[in-house]
Amino acid sequence: MRREQLKDHFSETRLYTRRAIVSLVFILVLLSLLVTRLVFLQIIDHQHYTTLSNDNRVKLVPVGPTRGLIYDRNGIVLAENLPAYRLEIIPEQVEDMDKLLQQLHDLINIREQDLKQFKKLLKHRHAFDNIPLRFRLNDTEVAKISAIQHRLHGVHIAASLNRHYPLKDTFAHILGYIGRKDVKDLKTLDPTNYISTSHIGKLGIEKQYETELHGNVGYRQVETNAQGRVIRILEETPPESGQDVHLTVDAPLQAIAKNALGKHNGSIVVLDPRNGEILSMVSNPGFDPNLFVNGIAYKDYEALRKNDSQPLYNRSLLGRYPPGSTIKPFIGLAGLKHGITNVHHEMFCPGYYVIPFGENRKFRDWKKTGHGSVDLDEAITQSCDVYFYDLALNLSIDRISPFLESFGFGSKTGIDMPSENSGLLPSRQWKRTKRKQPWFPGETLNTGIGQGFLLATPLQLANATATLANKGKSLTPYLVQKTDTAEPETTIDPLLSTVHKHHWDYIFKSMTHVVHSARGTAHRIVNKKFRTAGKTGTAQVFGIKQEEEYDEEKVAFKLRDHALFIAFAPIKEPRIAVAVIAENGGSGGAVAAPIAAKIINHYMANPL
Amino acid sequence: MKQTERTRLDNPEHRIPLFQQWVQQLHLDFPLLVGLFILSLIGLFILYSAAGEDIGAVQKQATRLAFGFVIMLLLAQLTPQALQRWSPLLFVIGIIMLSLVLLVGVEVKGAQRWLDLYLFRFQPSEVMKLVAPMAIAWYLADAALPPRPLKLIISLVLLAIPVVLIAVEPDLGTALLILSAGIFVLFLAGLRWRLIGSASILLAICAWPIWQYVLRDYQKTRVMTFLNPENDPLGAGYHIIQSKIAIGSGGLFGKGWLNGTQSQLDFLPERHTDFIFAVFSEEFGMMGAVMLLMLYLFLITRGLYIAAQAQDTFSRLLGGSISLTFLVYIFVNIGMVSGLLPVVGVPLPLISYGGTSIVTLLAGFGILMSIHTHRKMLSP
Repeated sequence: MRREQLKDHFSETRLYTRRAIVSLVFILVLLSLLVTRLVFLQIIDHQHYTTLSNDNRVKLVPVGPTRGLIYDRNGIVLAENLPAYRLEIIPEQVEDMDKLLQQLHDLINIREQDLKQFKKLLKHRHAFDNIPLRFRLNDTEVAKISAIQHRLHGVHIAASLNRHYPLKDTFAHILGYIGRKDVKDLKTLDPTNYISTSHIGKLGIEKQYETELHGNVGYRQVETNAQGRVIRILEETPPESGQDVHLTVDAPLQAIAKNALGKHNGSIVVLDPRNGEILSMVSNPGFDPNLFVNGIAYKDYEALRKNDSQPLYNRSLLGRYPPGSTIKPFIGLAGLKHGITNVHHEMFCPGYYVIPFGENRKFRDWKKTGHGSVDLDEAITQSCDVYFYDLALNLSIDRISPFLESFGFGSKTGIDMPSENSGLLPSRQWKRTKRKQPWFPGETLNTGIGQGFLLATPLQLANATATLANKGKSLTPYLVQKTDTAEPETTIDPLLSTVHKHHWDYIFKSMTHVVHSARGTAHRIVNKKFRTAGKTGTAQVFGIKQEEEYDEEKVAFKLRDHALFIAFAPIKEPRIAVAVIAENGGSGGAVAAPIAAKIINHYMANPL
Repeated sequence: MKQTERTRLDNPEHRIPLFQQWVQQLHLDFPLLVGLFILSLIGLFILYSAAGEDIGAVQKQATRLAFGFVIMLLLAQLTPQALQRWSPLLFVIGIIMLSLVLLVGVEVKGAQRWLDLYLFRFQPSEVMKLVAPMAIAWYLADAALPPRPLKLIISLVLLAIPVVLIAVEPDLGTALLILSAGIFVLFLAGLRWRLIGSASILLAICAWPIWQYVLRDYQKTRVMTFLNPENDPLGAGYHIIQSKIAIGSGGLFGKGWLNGTQSQLDFLPERHTDFIFAVFSEEFGMMGAVMLLMLYLFLITRGLYIAAQAQDTFSRLLGGSISLTFLVYIFVNIGMVSGLLPVVGVPLPLISYGGTSIVTLLAGFGILMSIHTHRKMLSP
């Protein structure tokens, strides 16, 4: 107390008061600083932070559309979406995970690898996520779990849609299949629309009509918390389902065609010549497209890949075959059009042909004894090679090539499929540029009977047959029904527009004789109810050397002749055009023609 | 004003409300009591929202507050002279405990701050928040002010001991609070402006060596993150970014109680402890936040007024220091949450969830009340 008396109370109080006032100013300055900061954050930049806050909590969850279905022309389902069930577990709802897994294991089959995958996901996903344990539950398994689900906390059965092709291999090459989208697909797809789509069309109609079948993605605006758990749905734009696609193909006819081809490798293409609709298109052997939908097992894929018959190969569009004698009606028509031959011209067939003034090389006829004296009609009916050797030589490749070109040989038909081959139409020009060789007369002879360089796809052959049936009017073949009812667009090649009507009729009549004449190579398939125009073909797979005999039995099966047949019916106002190729089938008349007959007879008896 | 108060005290017959009479008899300060009570209630309400509507947390916090108010009540009964007498002893005990913490303390989250006394754990550094300014006020009070250079140097040494001991625990936030509490005592004691100016310059020069040799890596990271939070949006910067979003998106009027999306959807970390101001501003907006600041301003100015009214130097210095330290809490916490200052672990007084700081803060207000209510008896 004594010390305090030494102090100057008055000046100390003054000093303290001054300092207290400074402190008050200090307090006000600091608090104003905070208020200023709040003004910046909450008023000036409020909009900015509101946006950030919404970005934080509001997420757009894309919802994938349901893929459109594919029907045949009668409304039979060819590609559908079947519900598939999977078993999912939400970890946070489970009390004792090990016990639950044991319980489920006792109930249904859970493989070691399912369990391993599950445990891996369990570590990386949120506790509120659905973690899949088993895929593709069958009905019994679904029933078993559903029955006691109220006791299995955290266990859910989730349904998703799986693409399914009920007719399996019958439509495999037409429909193609869908598969998981891969890195390559990502480059071409619209990333927004496909954000939640796992599968896309990989082949066939599924690929060609991907845009229509896919539909448009929808969105769900959800509020999530910091861990990403969905708290509630704020807004929803439902996805637009894909459109259904209706094919021109007749499923019953397709089944008949597939059966008719039986065990033969090969292809059948059936067209409606009036409009270009494809009524049936078979490539044998087929495969089960369902295998590909959820990723094909390695074993299955290897089996398909290593199969000598190449089941994955779509022969109808990609297979290149020598047309053999089926080319003869076209060559005959060319001869009539260019005046190289006429309906009265006859020649003698001794069973072989030698080029006049050329080297002494014999071109054989398929009939060693020869056909004797034949005119064009007989030459087509009996498929005399010698007549066509002579005709082709006189026409020369320079007239054959453009004429065949006007029937679509050597170019793509423009069918609504992802890929097709353009075959091969040889010409002098082609040989010079591609083979760096001159054209030899012998090669003209081979072209005249549909051998040598000339190659066509079954679709080209059917399409050329339809153009023939339409007397030159050509159509673009198609698989998916047009939504507009406008008349199909036909074009006529200038070369064909100048062909005389009676020349067409003459060829039609000759082709009718192939089936209806007793001497016709396809006489065995005759059906008196209507007139069918056809032409058989037996295409050599390899060339037979001069003077060499060959025995079909001894030649390895793979080197046996391809059996071909083209036909249209009825003669007046044709409604069906068919091309059949049975690989290594042997004789066209004996093998291919009966196959075509089954199709034509069914079609004529059951008009669409 | 003084006149009326005196007459009231002199005439017990004078009609004073019963409640206010109790308050006076209990040595409590009515304005401070009401302010603290309102603040505590606001704190409990916002805690209910910040803790995800967990009533258990609110009850726990209410218990702590009640305990804090009891401590406040007890301290208010002591005379400032008693406090002044015990100051040196308390300070020595405090330093011993701080040393013990470093030797045998319990480590929690990488920092050794707790002393396990078998019955309960406590943080000696919390007690030091009050004891350190008390000791310096005691040391300066018995000589004429402003202090002489030697006194000043000894005061600084006295202050440096606890600050260094706490900083190495490490607990930068508390060290900072104690340092400022001590400096406020010196400032109020009349530290010359010349000295303040040259010390500031010296500090600026020393900043680099401190940065290089004194600060720990995590403390450096905090400062770096504060300077540019967007550099590390998922790591250390996440706290500040999310907290700024919470405050900013609250706008003028806020999103409403329990409706703050940043806080309710877990985007805001530490939202019921150090970052609770972000929850408050998100849900009650700028209006709410300014109102809260006004309440704090009221408590600080009331404290400063009490200190200015005190008649002895010790009470003045201690009371002023307690009030200004309260401001430091608020400024550092809100400054940190709003991205004005680096992240330092300082709670928002009486609102952040957590026990020790609440008790210390209310104990501080208890001392202020003691200063105010024991005043008259000293000066007849």
